[in-house]
Amino acid sequence: MQDISTQIVACIPNLRRYARGLTGSKDAADDLVQDALERAWKRISLWQRRGDLRAWLFSILHNVFIDQQRSKRASPEEPMGEVEISTPVRATQTDMLEVADLDRALLRLPPEQREVLLLVAVEQMTYEQVGAALGVPLGTVMSRLSRARERLRAVLDGRESTSRLKVVK
Amino acid sequence: MSDNRGVPVTEADLHAYADGQLPEARRLQVEAFLAGRPEERARVNAWMQDNRALRALLDPVIAEPIPVRLPLAPGGRVLPWRQFAMAASIALVSAGAGWLSRGMLLEPAPQPLASIGVDQRQSMAGFARRAAVAHVVYSPDVRRPVEVGADQEDQLVAWLSKRLDAPLKPPHLGRVGYELIGGRLLPGEQGPVAQFMYHDSYGQRLTLYVTREAAAAGDTAFRFAQDGPVNVFYWVDGRFGYAISAGADKSALRLVAQEVYRQLAPTDIDQRQVNERKSKP
Repeated sequence: MQDISTQIVACIPNLRRYARGLTGSKDAADDLVQDALERAWKRISLWQRRGDLRAWLFSILHNVFIDQQRSKRASPEEPMGEVEISTPVRATQTDMLEVADLDRALLRLPPEQREVLLLVAVEQMTYEQVGAALGVPLGTVMSRLSRARERLRAVLDGRESTSRLKVVK
Repeated sequence: MSDNRGVPVTEADLHAYADGQLPEARRLQVEAFLAGRPEERARVNAWMQDNRALRALLDPVIAEPIPVRLPLAPGGRVLPWRQFAMAASIALVSAGAGWLSRGMLLEPAPQPLASIGVDQRQSMAGFARRAAVAHVVYSPDVRRPVEVGADQEDQLVAWLSKRLDAPLKPPHLGRVGYELIGGRLLPGEQGPVAQFMYHDSYGQRLTLYVTREAAAAGDTAFRFAQDGPVNVFYWVDGRFGYAISAGADKSALRLVAQEVYRQLAPTDIDQRQVNERKSKP
């Protein structure tokens, strides 16, 4: 138990990094991580050591994220997976325009594509681990990854209009 | 598989190459493939560059100190306060209790009934529709998903039985992988209804909605309905209408429904002798 607790705490920086990429905001990210940790601590007894602890924590965070998306989705007729959250307009915290653009481009991806891209590129999970964390088959992981990259490139290359700023390359 | 030189390079291979997920032998083959195709090479390079840029963007988060509000142990430091607040049923407003005011803001606004497709609205029994809405409203609530927690199950049973004016007990769903979180009382169309909430080991929530409003309809077989991401199994048995709502798929939900039925049916024997079962649709 002590051992698992230590391992959970050790994952917190990674969960925060992932949540920051998902939400694009420090506060929203920590809300997400806080909710995920509270759920994790509550059902630590249910976990029963099956599988990879990190994948389990990321899957809880994924569920919290999906629940939040669901509860705030603007047009309920659309299937959940297709909903895109609007790009939050927020202050540019950096004078590096390209970084700000990447940040903004990321938020323009549909949530399920953003999840896969971040888990692969930033958390450096294997495709199998991503599938386990998100509860989807490998083929779905690959197609989301492919679409995420295509879309991110399109936004960054200016083939798809970004909100206000022109892409500076 | 050791020699897959003849296997054509796929799009998936290109991604796995960019992500460093190929075994060495395959990696070399893909590299040779890319050497003769500058356009593909440029695409793959752009992906690798995006990977690096994303890490550069987000890596600084790793080094940040963990904020105080994140619980570092079971029942983290916010818990005693939260229980106090719940027990007292008062809203504490304090600059220092940021988590509390946030928790209150997180209480989801009731979703309009329009969240259910028009065609489904016709076919879905009224109580099942209300159950789906209640599921969507309460299941995302991390802080106060229930009014009375499973740790006070006796009180929960006594309270809900009294308010529904009938003996009522949450089924135990450990056999099908769900654990009781607790329950709450909700307004139905003509009176109180009970909602029990469960979660599985991945944190996915499931709610069981129990109402006395459906009894007039007579017993029914299991019925299934879908409201966007929420699947609902519902049926009427004796004095009660039951609806199980979750994001889980239909077959998983059917197992839960059968387990609930199995546990609840025996207590209703008297009633079922009175209410001759109608023929199942």
